[in-house]
Order: sequence, then structure tokens, then C-alpha cells
Amino acid sequence: MKQQHQMLSKKATCNSHGQDSSYFLGWQEYEKNPYDESTNPNGIIQMGLAENQLSFDLIESWLAHNPDTVGLKRDDVSVFRELALFQDYHGMPCFKNALAKFMSEIRGNKVRFDPKNLVLTAGATSANETLMFCLAEPGEAFLLPIPYYPGFDRDLKWRTGVEIVPIHCSSSKGFQITETALEEAYRCAQKRKLKVKGVLITNPSNPLGTTTSRTELDLLLRFISAKGIHLISDEIYSGTVFTSPSFISIAEALMELKDSEKVRDRVHIVYSLSKDLGLPGFRVGAIYSDNGAVVAAATKMSSFGLVSSHTQYLLSELLSDKKFTSNYIAENRKRLQERHNMLVTGLRNAGIGTLTSNAGLFCWVDMRHLLCSKTFEGEMKLWKKILFEVGLNISPGSSCHCTEPGWFRMCFANMTQETLTLSMQRLRAFVDSADQTPTCRNLIGGSKKLSLSSRVFRLLSSNREVEPER
Amino acid sequence: MTQNRFNLQDSEREEDDSSNSVSSSNNSGAAGMRIIVPLQGVVQGRGGLVLGSVIPCALFYFLQLYLKRNRSPSPSPPPSSPSPSSTQLSELSGIPRSLSRSHLSPRGSTGPTYVSNRASSITKSGDSPYYVGLNKVDGDQYDALENPDGVIQLGLAENKLSLDLVRDWFADHLKDSLIIESGSDLSISGIATYQPFDGLMEMKMAMAGFMSQVMQAPSSFNPSQIVLTSGATAAIEILTFCLADPGNAFLVPSPYYPGFDRDIKWRTGVELVPVPCRSTDNFNLSIAALDRAYSQTKKRGIKVRAVLITNPSNPVGNLLNRDTLYSLLDFAREKNIHIISDEIFAGSVHGSEKFVSMAEILDSEGFDRSRVHIIHGLSKDLSLPGFRVGVIYSYNEIVQAAATKLARFSPISAPTQRLLISMLSDEKFIKKYIEINKDRLRKMYAAFVNGLEELDIKCMKSSGGFYCWADMSKLIRSYSEKGELDLWNKLLKEAKINVTPGSSCHCIEPGWFRCCFTTLTENDIPVVMERIRKVSESCKSRH
Repeated sequence: MKQQHQMLSKKATCNSHGQDSSYFLGWQEYEKNPYDESTNPNGIIQMGLAENQLSFDLIESWLAHNPDTVGLKRDDVSVFRELALFQDYHGMPCFKNALAKFMSEIRGNKVRFDPKNLVLTAGATSANETLMFCLAEPGEAFLLPIPYYPGFDRDLKWRTGVEIVPIHCSSSKGFQITETALEEAYRCAQKRKLKVKGVLITNPSNPLGTTTSRTELDLLLRFISAKGIHLISDEIYSGTVFTSPSFISIAEALMELKDSEKVRDRVHIVYSLSKDLGLPGFRVGAIYSDNGAVVAAATKMSSFGLVSSHTQYLLSELLSDKKFTSNYIAENRKRLQERHNMLVTGLRNAGIGTLTSNAGLFCWVDMRHLLCSKTFEGEMKLWKKILFEVGLNISPGSSCHCTEPGWFRMCFANMTQETLTLSMQRLRAFVDSADQTPTCRNLIGGSKKLSLSSRVFRLLSSNREVEPER
Repeated sequence: MTQNRFNLQDSEREEDDSSNSVSSSNNSGAAGMRIIVPLQGVVQGRGGLVLGSVIPCALFYFLQLYLKRNRSPSPSPPPSSPSPSSTQLSELSGIPRSLSRSHLSPRGSTGPTYVSNRASSITKSGDSPYYVGLNKVDGDQYDALENPDGVIQLGLAENKLSLDLVRDWFADHLKDSLIIESGSDLSISGIATYQPFDGLMEMKMAMAGFMSQVMQAPSSFNPSQIVLTSGATAAIEILTFCLADPGNAFLVPSPYYPGFDRDIKWRTGVELVPVPCRSTDNFNLSIAALDRAYSQTKKRGIKVRAVLITNPSNPVGNLLNRDTLYSLLDFAREKNIHIISDEIFAGSVHGSEKFVSMAEILDSEGFDRSRVHIIHGLSKDLSLPGFRVGVIYSYNEIVQAAATKLARFSPISAPTQRLLISMLSDEKFIKKYIEINKDRLRKMYAAFVNGLEELDIKCMKSSGGFYCWADMSKLIRSYSEKGELDLWNKLLKEAKINVTPGSSCHCIEPGWFRCCFTTLTENDIPVVMERIRKVSESCKSRH
């Protein structure tokens, strides 16, 4: 086996794809014992997957009413041949046009996107990695506000060799980005002899579920202008903003910035249809940039992850239907808001608070008061209790690099209303019973062999693939 | 990365747009200071080694003068080379070079940080002969009725001969292949939600069955050894990431597919070391040459990780016979390296020889399988490049696991999988398709080769793939790469035919050209031949 290892690349045999072990345990347990309403009512409920399953019916109904598109016909003529041969990495013009308009629509048409500045990639995962390849050399760094999506450790660092330096955001400031934190992060990178190439934010944020405020956006633009670095705004949740404050895209902030010409070249947006349309299986992502060199390079790089022509065609028809898109955006937001409120109320009834959020498919939940010790060991113990005793797979804050123990991310859009209700009941029951047993005990049935440090990214990979945790 | 080391040493030059950059695979004539003898080195992008003698400089200046005199309208700028349905993206020639970043930003270079070397290097690779050709076709594509004087595209490996069969199957079996399934209710959740990044199991099973059929393998392929990716381009890059570290090398028999230079080297930092094959051997691989290349590479302090073969080969179209495959396996075992067998044209065999896959050899003999990896896909054998279906078939569990994880960056689309599963599983249809396709390939190949024969242009005997490997050395004035590129230019500008010059494929013998015959109809062939004849005559009259 060791000899085999030596024959392969470091990338294949190391584990810097950042698979968190405790995380991994959660998924494993879920797959061993998945909840099912009828066949397995005591199973584990999956609350760690940020998928939007609330509005499939809208898409299904559109497909049912558009059999021609599904049958690969346009005006009664088969487009099969054109699709079969189309592999131009510039992307299908009709799809890019439709996507650019859709992106505008989500932003209330306050900004317009030029399809020529759009690069299509097979999912936002691919888009983020491609941008890293285009903007940074191996060994250089990007600043990311914590907590952040655990997948970034893999997507941004693995093959690119780029480093991530965290920007510390604290709960006392609502996890918002401050100037001090930015400067501190920059200094920290310099101390580590890392050249900072840019800042990457997720707006709306994963795992926080909040939109980035105007103040923060302006601050970021000033910061990158002063330092001469890039800014990537991952806006894949932009269509999931269900209540005020309304979403402000970096594009909008840029528009209203004085002397925006100086920084325009260094601001890039990542988008995807996986969250807003609930179509992660379609693998559609995009990079938007005013920087011609980035667009040119990313376009060529996209040949390693082109979007299937078939998929582009289907979606170009779907997104060109203005009636459909405006109805979908509104209805989807409504449903997300209802579901979000359900979760927040349910948690409140169990005496658990959440960070006030207005977007996303999840809530950032405050369980600090349930920790037996205000440490990450305490967080892990609590997480395991919730996994094994309560039967909920949620994401611990440590996996998102949160520096304060006790925060968890819980998803609400990937299950039925009944399931969500049940999960709240279980949690309530757990909290009520926990009140009566104040001392901390080791988990029954939990593995004691697992190491419980907060940085748990360096363990052996296994053949089981952990699903993306967006 | 070794690539970067060279780049940083290059002096920074202003871009010279007026130069017709036929002879330079990097961005500008001005960078021609780096054009050294042999020119082959430039095309391969090793031009950073300036020999520093007066002769190359003088040669360059004369070349510039000559080119300026014969200059035709300059091609459109590098970044914008759109082409509706083309394999341009797989056919870059030459290694892209890096330039000073200050030349890249369209808005001037006020800031220090713009793009990475990796990005800047690729944006400047647009002026290679290959792109020039594509641009010419793009604006002016030949059509028998609408544009009879347009440029005929013989540089792209698209098989248009049998697409009608696939299209008709879909038309007839729409219900089976609809993206919606599950009884009478429409249900999208099956494909819309997150799927395994390396593909649906049903699709893997369908592909395994398909591969068995097209390769006519005695035993079946194992679906759990398959990792699906968005096209074979992605498959080969992912495999490279798994098998080699930056600075390592693969040995590749040349001439080889020009796209490898980008697909394999660009982001991985892995080198390609060509192992020249000769016309006297029918461009077949010689193990002795492989061994020599291995030793030479080792002497340079570079670690060889794998041999990359394409079988049937591109551009020549040879099939590797059993003996060669056995010898390769022995060689790999002896040197403790991998074998990557790119079998993407396995189902496009039109000659009388039978195709033998690596899988077949491994099935029957007791070789160490963990070092063998096969690439396949639907872009060639089923004429579906747009759907992005590539396969990594590996016998090595660690590679399978790593590739599965890496597939997230190049994933295959779920609705497209759903569309294809039932067709791939229709054994009767696939059998019929293979037979008819083979027949059409054979006929078109014969017609094309005979047409060239009549012009006294011989083609290397080829048994598979979409190309004729034609020897036009008699038509070139100086037996050199420059002579070859001159002829290529002539064919493009005068005859309005885009073919791929052998130098783009790293062929060491000048004068060979790769012509794809599968985008043509029977009626187009006489048109093509007539145009070539005119150029051929004008070349001969000058000798």
C-alpha cells in the first residue's frame, strides 16, 4: 500500500480536500439511518444539507407545459444535432443572455449584466476554483470572513495551492465584517509571509443566512482599492433573500462608488442555479467579471468543466419565460420565509435563539447555553448528542471555522413541513430533558476514538464521498 | 512550477499586432526573438532558451521582412475566437507563454495585482496556427449551397456522419429519455437534487455496457471502476492530478493530439516529453524510443510518472497491437510507472484490424492492473461532444477515490445523464449504430484517401479515428517546419481549407498534415480535392 501511495501524486494521497471527520461521521450516521416518514420514523433527520426543495413543483409544472423544450425541439424542429455538436466554451448565447437577465431580475433590475462578461462553469464549485487559478499563484492567499462554507477549504485550496486566511467576525458584532478585522487579517497573512491576492465573501452568507450590509460592502471596496487586491463576491444565494434588508449585490455597490473604474477590474461575482432554482444536479455555475483577462482565461479554463449543451438549452428556455421567472422568484421567497419562520419559532419554543437572518436555506443557531463547557470539545459533545440522541444531523460551527463554540447551522429547505415540525419537537424534548440533567456525561454510543480538536481537517479520506455542505 | 521559471526569465515585450504570427505559437512576432533553431522548440514552447547567437536573430529579421511582405488581413485578437460547434477548445497548439501582467489589463496597469501567471499565459496563446485557421473558418464557413467559396473545415474532429441515427432514436423514444420519470407523475427531484459528483450509478452501468460494446471487449467493464466527468478533457486533467506532481512528466508518443499540451500541462504543471515515431515505422510506437526518452528525461532530473498512449491514435489513426501493449505493460512495470490509455476513438475503427483495449489485455493476463487507467467518452464514438460525457476507468482504488473527489470540479450534468441512460442501454441500437457508423467512416475515409492519391499525396494507413494523416512533404519548398507552415498558410488562404499542420502535433518530420474527413459529405470531397490540386500545382510549378 505504501508503495502504491508513492506512485501517486501528493494531491491524490493527501487529504487537504478538507473532509472534516466529525462532519463526516454525521453524514455517515445519517446514511446508515436516514429518516423516512413511513419506513423509518425514528431515523436521523438531515439538517446539514443546504438544498432548496421547496419549489420543485413550479419547475415541474413548467416542464409539463413545455413538452417541446423537453423533447429538444424548437418551433417543431429538432435542435438535437446542434446541441449534440455544441461544445464552444464561450457558452450558448441564448443561455447566457437568459442567465444575465435572470441575474438582473433577482437584483430588482438595479444592475445589468453583459453576457459577454459571463463565463459558464459546471457548478459554482468549479467557478470558485477557476477564479482562484486565474487570480492567485500557489502559496498566495485570500481573506475570508469566518464562519465560512466548509467546502471552501477544498474548492479554493486543494488543487490551486492557494491559502485561506480568516477574517475574524464575532457574535458581538453580529458576525459582521469590520475594518479592524480586515486589517488584522491582512497583517496576519503578512506575518505568515503570505501574499494576499484578494478577499472572498459570500453574500448572502453561508452559514449565517444574512445579507452583507451596505456599510460592509463599501468598506470592502475601499479596502481592496487601498491594497490593490481582488474581491470575489459569491452570490449564489442571492435569490433566497426573503425579507428585508434587501439584497445589495456588489455590482450595485460598485455602481454607486465614486471612482469605481479603479476597482472594477478587480471585482468578480460567482453565481449558480443550485440554490436559487434548486437545481444543483444540473451543474450550472457562472463567473461574472469586467476584467477581460480574467474572462478570457476563465473561458478557456471552463473547458475542464463545461455545462452540457442539453442543460444549457433546457435552462435557456426556462429562464427566458419572464412569466415563469417573476412568479418563481416571488413564490420561492415566500415559501422560504414561511419555512424560515417555522424553524425560528420552533427553536424559540425550545429556548434556542438564532442570528436574525433574511436569506439562505438555513439558520445560524445559538446553542451556547446548552454547552456543558464553553469549548469546542463541549460543542462536539453537544453535536453528538443532537446527532445520536435527538436524531438531527446539523453542522457544528467549528466545521465552518467559527471561533466561538456553540453555534450550529440548521437547514430548513430540504424537507417537508411535517419533517421540520418533527425535528423541532425532538429538539424541544431534548432541551426539556437536558434541563433536568445539568452535568455533562460522555455520550452513550459515541465514538471515543475520534480526535476532537477544532481543526479536524487532517484525517484519512475514505471512499465514501461527503455531499457538499452548502 | 517549471513553466513559471521559464516565463519569469523571458523578457517583456510589447505585443506586435501587425505580425502575421504563422511561425510563432506564442503571442507575437516580437517575441520571435525567442524563435530559435529548431522552430520545433518554439512550437513546443521551449523557446525560452535563447541561444544568443546572431544567426537566429538575423533569421528572425529576414522572416519578419518576408512575412510582412506576404501578410494577409490579420486574424481577430486572441481572446475572441468564437466558433459555433467546434472542438477548438481541444485543439490548442503550443504552450502558452506568460507576459508581463501590465500588458494584459485592457484598462492599463495602474495596479500591481491583476491576474495569475496561469491566466496570463493562456490568454496569449491565441495566435498559433491553429487559432488563425479556426478564425478564418468561423467568419466564412463553407456551405455547399450558401457559401460555396467559404473555408472548408478539416481541422476539427467532429463526426457528423451518423448523428442522424442518434437523433432519430431520441425522436422515437422520447418518453424513455425524458428527464422526468417516476410513473405518471412528473418528478424532477430525482435529477435536480445533489447527485454523486462522479455520476449516477445507472449512468455508470449504462456506460460500462456501452464501452463493452464499442470496444468489442470479451468481458464487461465494471461500473464501480468508472468515474464520470464533464468530457474527456476533464477526465485526462483529473487523472493527471492524481498521478503526477508539478514538475513530473508523462512520455507521449508523437505526433500527438495538440490539445494535450493544454489539457495536461496547464494547471497541473506536469510536463509532456514527446517520444518521436517515424514514418518508416508507420509512426508506430517503438519501445526502444520510449526507453531512450525515459533515460533522457531521467538524466534531466525529471521524474517520469506515466506513458500516455492514444489508441486508436490521433492524428495517425494507428491501432496498437497486442504485442506492443504487452511490451508497454512490461516497460511500465520495469520502470514502475503508469499507463494512461486514451481510447476515446475505440468505437470509431473503420479498418479491418480489430481494436484491442488495454482492458482486454488486463482481463486475460496476469499483469499488475493498478498502474493502468483508461479514458473514454461519448464525444467521438457517439458524436455527442456537446453533452460532456467523459470516463476515467481505473483499476487503482486510490485513483478511483481521488478522481471521484476531484470530479466535483468537472461534474456531469444530471438531466443529461437521464437523457442518455436509456439510449446507452439499448444494446440493439448501439450495435446497429456501431455497424452503420463504421461503414460510413470506411467509405468516407476511402473516398478522401483516394482523392488525395490522385493528387499524388499519400496518406499513412489508418484504421481508426476521424483523420487522414497526409504526406504533403513533396509540396513544401524547404523541408522544415517553416516550409510546412508556409504550405499550411497557403492551403488556408488560397485553397481555403483548414488542416492541422504536423508541427502542431509535434511531428518531427515536416510536411505531414492531419485532415479530418468526418465533417464532410460525399459531394464535398471533389470540392476539397480540386482546391488542393490548385495549390499542389502552384507549389510544384515553383520547384
